Amino acid sequence: MSELVNPVANLDTVAVAATTPEKAQPWKELGLKQDEYDRIKEILGRRPTSSELAMYSVMWSEHCSYKSSKIYLRQFGEKVTDEMKKHLMVGMGENAGVVDIGEGWAVTFKVESHNHPSYIEPFQGAATGVGGIVRDILTMGARPIAVMDQLRFGAVENPDTARVVHGVVSGISFYGNCLGLPNIGGETVFDKVYQGNPLVNALSVGALRHEDLKLAKASNPGDLVILFGARTGADGIGGVSVLASETFDSTGPTKRPAVQVGDPFAEKVLIECCLELYHAGVVAGIQDLGGAGISCATSELASNGGAGMRVDLEKVLKRDESLTPEEILMSESQERMMGIVPKKDLKAFIALVEKWEVEYSILGEVINEDRLYINWHGEEIVNVPPRTVAHDGPVYHRPVAYPTWIDALNGDSVANRGLARANDNATELAAQLVQVVSSPNQADKSWVTDQYDHYVGGNTALAQPDDSGMVRVSEETGLGVAIATDANGRFCQLDPYAGAQLALAEAYRNVASSGANPMAVTNCLNFGSPENPEVMWQFQQATAGLADACLELGIPVTGGNVSFYNQTGDVAIHPTPVVGVLGVIDDVARRIPSGWQDEGHNIYLLGVTRDELDGSAWAGVIHDHLGGKPPVVSLAGEKALADLLQGASLQGLLASAHDLADGGLAQAVVESSLRFGVGARVWLGELMERDGVDLTAALFSESTGRVLVSVGREDDVKFVGLCEARNVPVLRIGVTDVKGVGAGLDGAVLAIKDVADFDLADLRDSWKGTIPELFG
Amino acid sequence: MKIGVVTFPGTLDDRDAARAVRLAGAEVVPLWHADANLHKVDAVVLPGGFSYGDYLRCGAIAAQAPVTQEIVKAANGGLPVLGICNGFQVLVESHLLPGGLIRNENQHFICRDQKLRVENVDTAWTNAFELNQEITIPLKNGEGGYIADAETLKRLEGEGLVAFRYLEVNPNGSMNDIAGLRNERGNVVGLMPHPEHAVEAGFGPDTFGTMRSGVDGAKFFESVIKAVVNA
Amino acid sequence: MPKIIVEVMPKADLLDPQGKAVANALHRQGYGKIQNVRIGKRIEIHLADAPTAEDLEGAREIAESFLSNGVIEDVVNIHVEA
Repeated sequence: MSELVNPVANLDTVAVAATTPEKAQPWKELGLKQDEYDRIKEILGRRPTSSELAMYSVMWSEHCSYKSSKIYLRQFGEKVTDEMKKHLMVGMGENAGVVDIGEGWAVTFKVESHNHPSYIEPFQGAATGVGGIVRDILTMGARPIAVMDQLRFGAVENPDTARVVHGVVSGISFYGNCLGLPNIGGETVFDKVYQGNPLVNALSVGALRHEDLKLAKASNPGDLVILFGARTGADGIGGVSVLASETFDSTGPTKRPAVQVGDPFAEKVLIECCLELYHAGVVAGIQDLGGAGISCATSELASNGGAGMRVDLEKVLKRDESLTPEEILMSESQERMMGIVPKKDLKAFIALVEKWEVEYSILGEVINEDRLYINWHGEEIVNVPPRTVAHDGPVYHRPVAYPTWIDALNGDSVANRGLARANDNATELAAQLVQVVSSPNQADKSWVTDQYDHYVGGNTALAQPDDSGMVRVSEETGLGVAIATDANGRFCQLDPYAGAQLALAEAYRNVASSGANPMAVTNCLNFGSPENPEVMWQFQQATAGLADACLELGIPVTGGNVSFYNQTGDVAIHPTPVVGVLGVIDDVARRIPSGWQDEGHNIYLLGVTRDELDGSAWAGVIHDHLGGKPPVVSLAGEKALADLLQGASLQGLLASAHDLADGGLAQAVVESSLRFGVGARVWLGELMERDGVDLTAALFSESTGRVLVSVGREDDVKFVGLCEARNVPVLRIGVTDVKGVGAGLDGAVLAIKDVADFDLADLRDSWKGTIPELFG
Repeated sequence: MKIGVVTFPGTLDDRDAARAVRLAGAEVVPLWHADANLHKVDAVVLPGGFSYGDYLRCGAIAAQAPVTQEIVKAANGGLPVLGICNGFQVLVESHLLPGGLIRNENQHFICRDQKLRVENVDTAWTNAFELNQEITIPLKNGEGGYIADAETLKRLEGEGLVAFRYLEVNPNGSMNDIAGLRNERGNVVGLMPHPEHAVEAGFGPDTFGTMRSGVDGAKFFESVIKAVVNA
Repeated sequence: MPKIIVEVMPKADLLDPQGKAVANALHRQGYGKIQNVRIGKRIEIHLADAPTAEDLEGAREIAESFLSNGVIEDVVNIHVEA
């Protein structure tokens, strides 16, 4: 392809814009509203150039500006005490939150969504989702040390689901493994509400020494603005092509892909290169290029730093010489970073990027003016106040309406429906147990997680299927962090306020069950269209529930992500706020496995069981039912339980701990037995009497604040004493039994009194067989 | 006692290999791919990862690197060299070991705790094992299928050059369940599984009794220290 | 500008799991007549000027020593393309 003879022919410059106010611009096609377009003209005192229009349209989009969610997200910053902020080094608003974990170490973590791209192109959508979140962690000055993902797919019977599952899992495997990051946990859920709109949320955590913290700001006039990493191409441009057709004629653009394509090798090299740049102290500020690419990086770095920037856009290294300036500004090509480098450090910077064979280009410099100037071959095409692009986007107060259907849904409880229970039919009850634990959402997910590396780095202390992922941060002392993520769309559909609190409670409990002390929260809020007032009601309720719960538990939200417009046609997904909790453990050697490994230990159930089957896995699997109200949340109870687990763990009293959630006690007992292939004898009579519940509820109720633990004989008295002293209800419900020998788990039985004696090998085959049969 | 650990762009398990060397009591010497200098090390480890993104073929570009040229020369002179996973691929591309490594039979990356049988203990890297000892080592790869023509296979089996064999499960379709090889001299060993992930209690594979307590990989590094000391 | 094309295929008598997986997928989609699928690589080498006979010879050497692994692959075609 020959070079453009005159790159500025037909260019929509600032000068041209100032003298052609009447020119029709495709602001509507780019997703802007009339009042927003008018506001841009007001800010600039003229019509925007096509480049400026492109920048504002993408930076003011829902995805980048959070315009529909901002007023609600404020709660996370407002409902906070000083005590909660004690360990917070960086809060919301930055690329990721940063928490002080002691010994001079800090961790940064965040969860993000990449839902819509993963339906269009599952492999690349999921892959670039991992790439994006890892870069956010890297940008804080941290070495990324682990990833987790929360996946929600459509119904297993639908043939399209397999397409998405295979693509997404391969994509995560491809990208995450190549980066050398252990995958330490997550969730995989199937529900028809996600059929046309899978949810692919990706979390990453990184570790850094306090002094290595980096922020995304350009504050010193004279510092250089350098774009480095992969070359810029046409990835993700899609809609911006509208502009391209405005300014090009004969040398028109080739078909522009809407999808981003990832190269994990380029990102791995970038990670190592950046870490060396940080340690050499040659980078004053850094931003990764994700959604909205260069538009975002330049405006945010300038706005955060309170200074301005002058950029020569033609200096950007391109994969494709036919890219227009608008396309370059919008490109979402992966594996790129923008660094702010003091002039005195340029030589050292260049030496390091050349060592790693990373390409770079000096685009311009930081200036002492509150303005972002972008030139294209000497012609000014952007002249804007950076704050208006990056931070002063529109703030919507969308209409909120109490759903017309929810009272009826809440009235349609398991009790009111009279859903049959098999309390007097042990055979039936046993069959239901097997059916529940081997249903797709409850079944073993090794088919998925075995495609991920969980060893790389040599610091993985806990990973799937344990309750949380745990990674060692300090090899000297064993200091480590544990992370768990949870969400329950079914509960949230019934009651979004409670549902969000339940998700937090579960993640909190998961972290505590592994021996760590919960400290910080991240979230990924997946909802339907914000233009639907009932969805906005769900969002309003969920964010309030989460903020209130964080306040009561005393752990702050450090950052997160919002994903709207998750619908199949007109039908919104169940509100699905994914909540991640991070905890700290002084020595990972103290971690608690989720299943028993020894014979002859006592099994205790902590907490109280109520008849709470509405929205449960049992209701869904056995009766295909969703209705009623979700289980009651007691945050005070969760806190007491977590404190107890900490105390017991510090005294080394717990041989195992597994929290109860979907599938209730039945699921927990089965999983604890299958974890290491050790049987158990369990009886529920006392539980039923003490808590006033029937056998079905004892097995399948999803009451909160409960954990199943196993304790060695010698620690019994001390353990029970500890529970009683702290007022945590404790009841012995069984003893662990023989470990199965060999691949056939010979001799291992899970005996549940008045239900059945389950051959552990048979249970394992049912539990492990479902997913490979569906997708293998 | 100095052991070199090589880093190519895209290498992932160099830090783990370094840890394994340190735990065994030797000093780690990082070897940079572009540096044609082995810095007088007593042995070299080519770690796992995705050097050069597995572009062209796994290990193909790394095999051309300056440091690799030095390693080939030194190996031909008797220097102990261990190739793990991607490192094994580099050894095969460099023709220090015969055959080829291709995509896993089931087309998926697999991470699992793999049972192996140690079939040769007369090498610099396996002398601390018992002959036919069964060990458990983490395996994690997408391109681990060992292939060779009939003649090569016959020679490998006939001359006892198969160092490790997969037991119970063949995770990638490797011919003859071959998990790792040695060269004739016994100084070069390559295998797909990762011994460096089974050297520290608490972070290795599960054993029968205890979660993550497997440390079968430590003997690889004990072996080479013995081999060098006794050389 | 004309370029040199190198085509590499896995050796005929060795496993091609990728090809096999693709063939199976096609069978599942109903293409019963397809007996086998084998997957290789097409590599383009761009020079500053049109390739000479010497360039082609040089490319053959590169193809056999680096672009293909002679143990498991064959260079099945090397030619100049417009």
